[in-house]
Amino acid sequence: MNYFLTEEQEMIKELAAKIADEKIAPIAIEYDHEGKFPHDIVKYLAQSDLCGVYIEEKYGGLGGGVFEMALVVEELSRACGGIALAFAGTGLGTYPIILFGNEEQKQKYLPDIAAGKHLAAFALTEHDAGSDAAGVRTTATLDGDEYVLNGTKQWITNGGEADVYTVIACTNKDKGARGFSAFIVEKDTPGFTYGKKEDKMGIRASCTRELIFNDCRIPKENLLAREGMGFIVAMKTLDRTRPGVAAQAVGIATGAFNAALKYSREREQFGQPISSFQAVQHMLADMAIQIEASRALVYQTCRHIDSGAKNISKESAMAKVIASDTAMKVTTDAVQIMGGYGYMREYPVEKMMRDAKITQIYEGTNQIQRNVIAQELIKEAAKQKK
Amino acid sequence: MDIIVCVKQVPGTTEIKMNKETNTIIREGAEAIINPFDEYAIEEGVRIKEKMGGSVTVLSMGIPKVADLLRETIAVGVDNAVLLTDRAFAGADTLATSYALATAIKNMESYDLIVCGKQAIDGDTAQVGPSLAEKLGIPHTTNVKKIEEIKEGYIRCQRMTDDGYETIEMSLPAVITVVKEINEPRLPSLKGKLRAKKTEVKLLTAEDIGADVNLCGLKGSPTQVIETFVPEFEVKAEMFEGSAKEQAKSLADALLSMKYAKRVD
Ligand SMILES: Cc1cc2nc3c(=O)[nH]c(=O)nc-3n(C[C@H](O)[C@H](O)[C@H](O)COP(=O)(O)OP(=O)(O)OC[C@H]3O[C@@H](n4cnc5c(N)ncnc54)[C@H](O)[C@@H]3O)c2cc1C
Repeated sequence: MNYFLTEEQEMIKELAAKIADEKIAPIAIEYDHEGKFPHDIVKYLAQSDLCGVYIEEKYGGLGGGVFEMALVVEELSRACGGIALAFAGTGLGTYPIILFGNEEQKQKYLPDIAAGKHLAAFALTEHDAGSDAAGVRTTATLDGDEYVLNGTKQWITNGGEADVYTVIACTNKDKGARGFSAFIVEKDTPGFTYGKKEDKMGIRASCTRELIFNDCRIPKENLLAREGMGFIVAMKTLDRTRPGVAAQAVGIATGAFNAALKYSREREQFGQPISSFQAVQHMLADMAIQIEASRALVYQTCRHIDSGAKNISKESAMAKVIASDTAMKVTTDAVQIMGGYGYMREYPVEKMMRDAKITQIYEGTNQIQRNVIAQELIKEAAKQKK
Repeated sequence: MDIIVCVKQVPGTTEIKMNKETNTIIREGAEAIINPFDEYAIEEGVRIKEKMGGSVTVLSMGIPKVADLLRETIAVGVDNAVLLTDRAFAGADTLATSYALATAIKNMESYDLIVCGKQAIDGDTAQVGPSLAEKLGIPHTTNVKKIEEIKEGYIRCQRMTDDGYETIEMSLPAVITVVKEINEPRLPSLKGKLRAKKTEVKLLTAEDIGADVNLCGLKGSPTQVIETFVPEFEVKAEMFEGSAKEQAKSLADALLSMKYAKRVD
């Protein structure tokens, strides 16, 4: 399908595909089994100028947007959804600075991220704040020229590996979510430590950790936007990064589909390739239909967002839901088509099935996404009636 | 430091089609790539430039389409690309190729180092590098696995051998051919690709470089390929048994019978 990408977008896709095929595919299984963080792959991304595709040119990026970020994530995820997350998680941690950072903050943090020298992370979730993000308990108290952070963030992608963290904390307990603020916290700040690395079902080459703040003092200049804007910073960021999760899902699904299609033409049973059985053919056809439909919605959503559209929550949620549900379905079917081989850990498809699952959970579960979509639909309908 | 890297287009597939009449490879049609060893040559050239300043020029002789491959090298840090392309160059053996390349290089303003891959994966001759040096009257070292030092007019490098390496010093300008152990070629960069798009590959004909057409292409190629095969290296071992004295006698007899030794009574 021709998606009429610009020449630059084609180049981005090509470069990311080259890294996926030549550098990631050969090591994906090993990194998954051993839970190895892909520092080497980040270096390749930096060499290829891909780390800053979504960052403005004046900060050393390429001046692209959500679409360019998604194209990279999709290609990398074809080879490994976990490794792709080093890049995508950095995007999630960086968008708050892109969207709400002041000039000094942007100049201080964006160039190193664009150059691939620094990774970033985004910390919203806590033990009591999952789907209900308003449950954040971590506090930030102004003391002179510094904010003092206390609390624990849970399941933070790139935790311990990132250099720059966007942290949502409560600055006014009485105001609920309106009392949240967003802060930039640098690695190695005294009082900022990490919990153990989580042992996960999938995306095992990605690192997920607790962030522990114990009287962690940060300069007050590290406040993003204004006090009380934290929840908005988080929601506006997630609206822009969910297509990245969706692209990760499309990539994982594509990787699994390619493996299944290839296998179905090689594997013979009853004296013929299994691809000659209609039951298998229909599975392949359905997989391809779902992937292409997802990709089309993801790409168009990215364009919608990058055009500067104001209302993007519904579209962003839709793209994430269809792509992640597709990834789960397609990877499961890919394992099915490959039979026992699909189930074996020596082959990449069982890993893709494990990797796919997270895309239905993080950056807002698919149930929460459906809530958002429905609320928007009802709101729109109510407006029309008037 | 101005560096010239000589690169060759080779078929990317393993199915190589031969022209039955000339016993040369048919290059049109097949998917073409840059000879993998030349990628290491390019990388080494770019690394030297990054350290010492100067420029890297890739030079190739081939069909016009090779220009596209040369343009891609801009994306990994090459500055200029020159392609010798002319019907007169067609069907060249290693002699005619090195003649054409040397003639083009003589026309260039200045150069300090010429880097080639150790061999091309299609012909596998490994002759063009050394032959080029001879034609230019400059020293060369083949199979370089590391450059220990390079400065104005001087290079010291490690030449890989079957059982280790030897260290060689040369004056510059010189030719080196490199093995894949020398570096890890970088991936193309987006900024490089954008630059590559705008870069013009300089196309030169035999006339442009003032080459004698009788020394170019098929006309200038005395090589006749009769058969291609992988030479076999056989190591035969014979164990001698018995007492030390008996073993010594057996060994002496064997050497005598092979005419490696002469009896002196
Ligand atoms: C590997 C991994 C990486 C992560 N990375 C990050 C990160 O980098 N930064 C970060 O801040 N967070 C991160 N998270 C957290 C992630 O975003 C949350 O796990 C997610 O938002 C869901 O929250 P929860 O796990 O607490 O589930 P819960 O909120 O407890 O949900 C449990 C179930 O209840 C359902 N449910 C809850 N509320 C409703 C409702 N109102 N209506 C219908 N169904 C509902 C959910 O859909 C789900 O099925 C990560 C999580 C994982 C597992």
